[in-house]
Amino acid sequence: MNRPTHTQGHPSQRPVYVVDGSRTPFLTTRGRANPFSATDLAVAAGRPLLLRQPFEADALDEVILGCVIPAPDEVNIARVASLRLGCGPKTPAWTVQRNCASGMQALDTAVRNIQGGHAGLILAGGVDAMSRAPLQWRPELVEWMVNWRLTHGFFAKMRALSKLSPRYLRPVITLLKGLTDPTVGLSMGQTAEELAHRFDISRQAMDSFALESQNRLKQAQEEGLFEEEITPLFSPLGPVISQDQGLHPNSQMAKLAKLKPVFDRPTGLLTAGNSAQITDGACWLLLASQQMVEQWNLKPLGRISPASWAGLDPSQMGLGPAHAISELLLKENLPLEEVAYWEINEAFAAQVIACTEAMASPDYCQQALTGRTEPLGTIPRERLNVDGGAISLGHPVGASGARIVLHLLHTLRRKQAKRGVAALCIGGGQGGAMLAEAL
Amino acid sequence: MSTQLNLTHTLFHGHHWRIEIDTLSIAWVTLDRADGSSNILNQSVLEELGELLPVLEKERPVGAIFRSGKKGGFIAGADIKEFNHFASVAQARDRIRSVRPLFCQLEALPFPTVAQISGFCLGGGLELALCCRFRVAEDSPATRLGLPEVKLGIHPGFGGTYRLPQLIGDLKALSLMLTGKTLSARQAKKIGLVDWLVPGRHLNRTALALIQKNPPPHQPPWIDRLPGLSPLRSVVAYFLRKKIEQKAPKVHYPAPHRIIDLWQESRFLSPRDALDQEIDSIAHLFMGNTSHNLIRLFHLGDRMKRLGKGGNNPTQRLHVIGAGVMGGDIAAWCAWKGLTVTLQDTQEEMIAGSLQRARKLFKRKTRDRRRIQAAMDRLIPDMKGYGVAKADVVIEAIFENLSAKQTLLSVLEPQLKHGAILASNTSSICLEEMAQPLQHPERLIGIHFFNPVALMPLIEIVVGKQSSQEAIQIGCSFATAIGRSPLPVKSGPGFLINRILMPYLFEGIQLVTEGVAPKEVDRAAQQFGMPMGPLALVDVVGLDICLSVARILNPNQSQPLPPLLETLVAQGHLGKKSGQGFYTYPGGKKAASRLKANRALPEDGSHRLFGALLNEAVACLSEGVVEDAALLDAGVVFGTGYAPFRGGPLQTIAQSTKELWLERLHQLQTAHGDRFTPHPGWETLNLPVPATFEESDNEHKNIRHHPPVAGQHPTGLIPGAH
Repeated sequence: MNRPTHTQGHPSQRPVYVVDGSRTPFLTTRGRANPFSATDLAVAAGRPLLLRQPFEADALDEVILGCVIPAPDEVNIARVASLRLGCGPKTPAWTVQRNCASGMQALDTAVRNIQGGHAGLILAGGVDAMSRAPLQWRPELVEWMVNWRLTHGFFAKMRALSKLSPRYLRPVITLLKGLTDPTVGLSMGQTAEELAHRFDISRQAMDSFALESQNRLKQAQEEGLFEEEITPLFSPLGPVISQDQGLHPNSQMAKLAKLKPVFDRPTGLLTAGNSAQITDGACWLLLASQQMVEQWNLKPLGRISPASWAGLDPSQMGLGPAHAISELLLKENLPLEEVAYWEINEAFAAQVIACTEAMASPDYCQQALTGRTEPLGTIPRERLNVDGGAISLGHPVGASGARIVLHLLHTLRRKQAKRGVAALCIGGGQGGAMLAEAL
Repeated sequence: MSTQLNLTHTLFHGHHWRIEIDTLSIAWVTLDRADGSSNILNQSVLEELGELLPVLEKERPVGAIFRSGKKGGFIAGADIKEFNHFASVAQARDRIRSVRPLFCQLEALPFPTVAQISGFCLGGGLELALCCRFRVAEDSPATRLGLPEVKLGIHPGFGGTYRLPQLIGDLKALSLMLTGKTLSARQAKKIGLVDWLVPGRHLNRTALALIQKNPPPHQPPWIDRLPGLSPLRSVVAYFLRKKIEQKAPKVHYPAPHRIIDLWQESRFLSPRDALDQEIDSIAHLFMGNTSHNLIRLFHLGDRMKRLGKGGNNPTQRLHVIGAGVMGGDIAAWCAWKGLTVTLQDTQEEMIAGSLQRARKLFKRKTRDRRRIQAAMDRLIPDMKGYGVAKADVVIEAIFENLSAKQTLLSVLEPQLKHGAILASNTSSICLEEMAQPLQHPERLIGIHFFNPVALMPLIEIVVGKQSSQEAIQIGCSFATAIGRSPLPVKSGPGFLINRILMPYLFEGIQLVTEGVAPKEVDRAAQQFGMPMGPLALVDVVGLDICLSVARILNPNQSQPLPPLLETLVAQGHLGKKSGQGFYTYPGGKKAASRLKANRALPEDGSHRLFGALLNEAVACLSEGVVEDAALLDAGVVFGTGYAPFRGGPLQTIAQSTKELWLERLHQLQTAHGDRFTPHPGWETLNLPVPATFEESDNEHKNIRHHPPVAGQHPTGLIPGAH
């Protein structure tokens, strides 16, 4: 057990270090299920991470994994992954869920547990295999099947059979269900259409944001900037996957402009080209207390603090980051300019643009944000999502929150910058933001 | 066995056996052999069984449950050590016959009896269980049932050949006895060998329930009894014999043929006579060379496994560098056997290929998806070599180049954890030279696997002059940990196995050069008892590989390389992998050779092949490549499939006399030149003279036999080779 025997200072002052991190390449789905279950992805990302540490896997105090849609045979997916990673039966493991921020939630919980002195070493991260989201029978069909079982006699059975409508046989695509807000009845894309309307964001602005995301990813891949964070995946089907698959290396404005709207047909603005891609992937970070860093002579990447969470109208879900960032900067007493690099998860180009406009807008800041009289300021595009984002490399919902924090830490180190903030919008009308600092 | 039994008193308490009676008046008969960690039916255990049965018979309990007091299993079989001491057929017959009344008495007990089986239930142990009315087995991977006697050149001798067909049907019983295969609990349930199959937690309750319920004993369904009906029985026996003859010719392996004989004859005999026949037959088999040699090999296999015992730190983590065929297959096998393995290569495609092959191997081994997944989880691709620092054993299997290996080893050395060893899978590079740049050269040994890794039971542990005793010990225990027999050999060109094989392979090529068809040469080798002829073997290994090994074995070209081999390699005919070698392989299957043949196999053809091989074996022994003759024999059998029934090359010499082979070599030297000059080691060769046995049955001497089909390794008949 690594539980600290003595802790110094107020919990919120105790530093929590990110020792190391590892993720799988993000895999596009192209309509077909990938050969990896979510646990397979988590295991593939975690094995090399634990292997290169000076301690054994069972030295961990806890494993926390964010996941939105674990398969029925991996409901507490953190525990399954933990056991398969060799963390041993005695290491507790649990799964957290806060939709698109599940990965960040895992980090947040881990940070708080370490600060609170409950643990010294925690493996935390996020995973989702969206390509494996199941199809469901319609409730009408289930109802019909129960009736069928309870009916006896030839004529009664025939009558029951006549009541089976072909419509009943159409499966429910659970992934789409999950991406639709149940309280306001809008799909995630439609909430972003709302924001585009509200902030008057043009299709061209979205497409050019998306193109920039693609170009940045392409360049980062060529420069090998993901080498330290990505662990190649060895597919049981044969090929080795070592890069994010979402990249469209030949993206052009003209091509993006041709794409049809997917959420609000026929005249909506959001297309597959300027929205995040549905992907599979896993990302882990290894978090340690000061004492553990000293005990094992670890060389941390940086430090992270607990996340700030904010809530807002579910139909405005995409503005979540603006609200969470506002709270975070207030809490840390930081002006926006002091933050060197930003990762705002690109659920939709419109939504990220709306966030930056909202943060720069005096009206919005004054009316919608708690404790703000002045606008937060403008985030320069060259400091935002410097190596691409979910539009180009994909958004495996549970994993993205962990990925942006890990990549931010690598960015800070590479650019020798001090501070960065990672944030994302959360389906259901929330935002989360986390401060990362280089050492 | 935590289920609480309500035992009231002990009825019998011997050295090995005890009978306890519970409140339901059921007798719990426990075997807990006094002088060993597992239950075997040695003389003393059987004698005590003879004292116990009358007590049980007199007590008349409601039922009796036979179980084991050992964790490891029920009963692992008869005591093989006692088999060596029979001086004559009559003595063997008397000893085995003394068991028969015990088993018959057990079978005839007038109340229900249950054998409660978990773990090993083999040979005599299963035969004892067959005498119980019911068998209940624990549903666990550790439970294994079978009659593997045939692997020792004998057959069941405690009534198994008679009782098993009656219980589970004729063909199923014969197949079990003829192959010597062991069954899992589930397979055993499926064929009716066990009545109930339950988890360990319900074993006691189930045995009790069986006694209380006392259902009619298991009977094979009529369809399974069909082949045993008299008109069919001789037809079935005919076809079985034909099939067995292909895999195990009667002259070499009489035991399976005797099993068929016994089954065929038992139809017309009283049970008592059938049991007598069985005893008579096994007594004869005991006196034959085949069983003598196979039992000797079994003991040698044990001895080799023991070489790997005694290390204090069992190998848990392995790092393999080089994901080629050998490196990848080594990694896969070790992961399958429970080690955590990291596999490193500079090319990710190589690792990907290895993982694919590993998955295929695991799928062949089991249908249990969780076991496959667990093994795949233990096999970790590791491009960056993180695994080195945590490994107990680091094996390099990169391409054969001295300076590349030296560089790699010196990079690895400082990363090793304390107590870890470095090993090379080289088959040709001198270990001492490789060790030169190392700070601690004593950490380096050779661990030489054979291809295909998943099938070959032997590993050569190559001892360099600089290797430390500790490193060798770790190497041996590593081999044992992955279910392989370690054979320590002195570092030197070709080590033991390749060196002994090479002159034999070259002689085969020489014969083909002289115009003999490859098929003829291979047939001669198979008639001798080799699993596959020399040319088929060269094709499988690869002509290029043979050529490079030959160059290493013979660096100063004192003997010219076979020109035919060089020509074929130059033409790109590398064997099976290129589609053509000495044979052609359309679609991967062996077909006729394209090489022109213009003469039949010369009369001394077989002598040439094996004279060359035996001469090299004597050379290896006299140069001290291995510790002693017995290890050399075992090594060559396990490493090459060398006719197991002959017991190994030196045993072959001993059994057909040294003088005979020396004379043959002298004749060959006169006729074919100096490559047959007897090695000086022959003069000092002093092999223990094996007891000369009467031939078990002289009648089979003249039967024409079919050689085993190439590729069908009769190593299934080698004890411990599965």
